Amino acid sequence: MREIPEYEKDLASIRSMMERSSKFISLSGLSGILAGVYALCGATAAYFTIQYPNAPLHYLTYSVDESAALGKLILIAALTLLATLSTGLWLSAKKARKHALKLWSPTSRKLLLNVFIPLVSGGIFILIMLYTGHFGLAAPACLIFYGLGLIQGSINTFDEVRYLGFSEILLGLISALLPGYGLLFWALGFGILHIIYGAIMYNKYDT
Amino acid sequence: MKNPFENLDKILEHRTRLQIMSVLITNDAYEFISLKDVLGITDGNLASHIKALERVKYISVSKSFVERKPNTKYKITERGRNAFKKHLDALEAVVKQQK
Repeated sequence: MREIPEYEKDLASIRSMMERSSKFISLSGLSGILAGVYALCGATAAYFTIQYPNAPLHYLTYSVDESAALGKLILIAALTLLATLSTGLWLSAKKARKHALKLWSPTSRKLLLNVFIPLVSGGIFILIMLYTGHFGLAAPACLIFYGLGLIQGSINTFDEVRYLGFSEILLGLISALLPGYGLLFWALGFGILHIIYGAIMYNKYDT
Repeated sequence: MKNPFENLDKILEHRTRLQIMSVLITNDAYEFISLKDVLGITDGNLASHIKALERVKYISVSKSFVERKPNTKYKITERGRNAFKKHLDALEAVVKQQK
């Protein structure tokens, strides 16, 4: 017969295998914080493109319709996205190495697929909105679809991601009622919320 | 009270087999290579334990070809699921009894 501590180890190993095989634990809180910082830089650049010299808290009663400004905004958004994705990928690879896990695993594939379904449909929907001249609700739509993606993805990663998703959706809905504050809400959702949740996750899982 | 040790499953008392079952109970299906990565053991070691679990019909295997490469997937059976649950209850009872 085996010793009791051996049975306790059995129980612990069941739990750890269940987690390792179904949750992507290489997600780094630090990449959340940096994503927030990039988003705030992007929002500042966007502010100088469309709102300056009006104050950041000024409620916009016009919408962006010059194609020059729109092109610039899309460029800023693309650069922010690129910086966020590459930082996230780099830090996750680092964390995966630390835990002797593979970055590309059935779990990370499931996570990506789940996140990308709402995100890609939302992205196409927003491009159609911009193309057909419905600029006002583009920022709330970004927040809502992003939140839906996070909630889908949270099945395969930390629970905090689900709460971040709910917060993004809530913010998106409020922002839809106040379309003139679109940029401000965008900065809150993609900047401040990422920094807050990234810091929580960094404290809990990264150290 | 009955001796909880009697309810422990002899097949699942081996930790690697227990770990394979833990992965398969949380996921619909799992490939051989991914299973090897997550457990961190060698091909031969994993294969021998999988064979033992297959023999008692705790897991089922499906072989197919993906882009001309053989792809082996494992699934937990109903019998395996029940055995795992029973073993888990017994483990908990054993540990609890000692406290």
